[in-house]
Amino acid sequence: MNTSPLPDERGHFGPYGGKFVAETLMGPLAELEAAYHRYLRAPEFIAELDHDLQHYVGRPSPLYFARRWSNQLNGARIYLKREDLNHTGAHKINNTVGQALLARRMGKRRVIAETGAGQHGVATATVAARFGMQCRVYMGASDIQRQSLNVFRMKLLGAEVIPVTSGSKTLKDALNEAMRDWVSNVDDTFYIIGTVAGPHPYPAMVRDFQAIIGRETRAQCLAQVGRLPDSVVACVGGGSNAIGIFHPFINDPSVQLIGVEAGGDGIATGRHSAPLSAGSPGVLHGNRTYLMHDADGQIIETHSISAGLDYPGVGPEHAWLKDAQRAQYVSVTDEEALAAFRSITVTEGIIPALESSHALAYAAKLAPTLSSDHVMVVNLSGRGDKDIPTVAARDGISL
Amino acid sequence: MPTRIQHSFADLRRVPRAGLVTFITAGDPTPAATLANMHALVCGGADLIELGVPFSDPMADGPIIQRASERALAGGMSLSGVLALVSEFRTRDNATPVVLMGYLNPIERMGYQSFAQRAAAAGVDGVLTVDLPPEEASEYAQAFHEFGLDQIYSLAPTSDADRMRRIVAAASGFVYYVSVKGVTGAKTFEIDDVRQKISALRALTTLPVGVGFGVKTPEIAAALSSVCDAVIVGSALVEIIERHPSNAAAALETFVASLRQALASGAA
Repeated sequence: MNTSPLPDERGHFGPYGGKFVAETLMGPLAELEAAYHRYLRAPEFIAELDHDLQHYVGRPSPLYFARRWSNQLNGARIYLKREDLNHTGAHKINNTVGQALLARRMGKRRVIAETGAGQHGVATATVAARFGMQCRVYMGASDIQRQSLNVFRMKLLGAEVIPVTSGSKTLKDALNEAMRDWVSNVDDTFYIIGTVAGPHPYPAMVRDFQAIIGRETRAQCLAQVGRLPDSVVACVGGGSNAIGIFHPFINDPSVQLIGVEAGGDGIATGRHSAPLSAGSPGVLHGNRTYLMHDADGQIIETHSISAGLDYPGVGPEHAWLKDAQRAQYVSVTDEEALAAFRSITVTEGIIPALESSHALAYAAKLAPTLSSDHVMVVNLSGRGDKDIPTVAARDGISL
Repeated sequence: MPTRIQHSFADLRRVPRAGLVTFITAGDPTPAATLANMHALVCGGADLIELGVPFSDPMADGPIIQRASERALAGGMSLSGVLALVSEFRTRDNATPVVLMGYLNPIERMGYQSFAQRAAAAGVDGVLTVDLPPEEASEYAQAFHEFGLDQIYSLAPTSDADRMRRIVAAASGFVYYVSVKGVTGAKTFEIDDVRQKISALRALTTLPVGVGFGVKTPEIAAALSSVCDAVIVGSALVEIIERHPSNAAAALETFVASLRQALASGAA
């Protein structure tokens, strides 16, 4: 299967994706699309992006063989793609650097963003500080409570953090509010979406900025192992780290691609954030994709210990990869993610983000069923410092 | 046979006067209250009713209509419930056009065919789906055409000539011009900007043009009435319902009458 020409010129991945927005945004989206097509082919833009990714973000990130953890699991050899070592501690900065460079070329002096766990908000506030742009970040009021460290980081970086109190007060509501800001300030504002969702061209553009993860992984695996990996595992909320690492492997049929959704209290309880595992197609936030919604088409509240995965939709390219059976989507529960968080911390000395812990948890389930010939890459999309208060609270410890 | 919307605009042209389109959210705060409020809007002088279909994620709405959506959903309103409400309204009023305004997902969930059939049977005249541009609407358009529902589309200050042409080609009933770059109930607009855009639009279509977003007072409505065929008022009415949740009908009727009077004098 060759999916490289996707999306089509109207932003469709099969029946998914597209541009489902109010008329006011159709013009600005066309303008963004034109800029994205122009600059992503412009050598001087690519050179500046590469320079920043190397010297500011700290790329390439290592591909690290987790020897002790692999031995303990007694199966597949597990390599970790260390996106946690990027500047600001997650893969999110790959995309914000790219979009900020685009915003500058488009003459936009103000950037806005939505954030769940705060990683994308921090990554946006960071590039805004570096480029001297005005920055406002929308964050669900309940996420502000569970991610207070990142809130303070954003404020230190000079961003204004706006609590969103509508709806479920989480990531989806922050996205609604950021869209409302954009529609009201389209002339001078660039909306830096943090995931591979939203209206076209965002899913394609964010993927292209994140695909550096997979390109590096491919080259590093060939250099270190002498061949491509057998499987690639990544967590999926909106799905940007997963698309980033999957995309350069899509035309390699031998590489199994596995996306891990947030199972919350368990799929059977209904309290989860796993639209690909337990949802159905619909339209939200500018694109058609798998959603968690009721029989009336109302979006239902999601649950996950990880604020970054607590989202009722998913990027349209994942919806397409699922239907095309090119990628497989599974889920793990909060408890399983927490167990993986602790296990990798004590065996490898790496504290992962709770989001990434979902990918690790599935890897820990799968690895023992595989032989030691099997090379598995897990995208360690972010570091866990921000989650320490959440994990401590589970143990009844208040920091 | 002319549709209710065509009939209504033809009557207005004969007067002549700009029409008054009034928006409230269905089920805010209860279906019974909405039914009473719809009749009150007509008594006050509304020419067309826009009924908001509540959605959990109303991306294009400001806080006033967001809260109305939340109240309606908390009261159990659904797309099926909205259609039942229109049927009920039609038992007493078979003349006033009713247009639904909402987001795509509830309609897509019901199925385009099933929705169009049920909406037409309930006495709905047209639908404005805020997050559905004509580019994505081919299947939807087919179903609407089959059951004789008008497709109301909006145009915005950011719509260029190409988009204006594309939209008026897809539209029927009337065209909704969004006066400001913003969400419902937001800032007010420059009348000259609106006048300019609408005269460009007139060159492309004979459909009536309504103007909404930011129309809060009879004065603004009067000023607008000379540049368009209908003035659309929403958040200001929803705010009245928010202030008088159990008995808004009288206050709505009074306010609508003041808008209507302003339009009558504005056209003179």
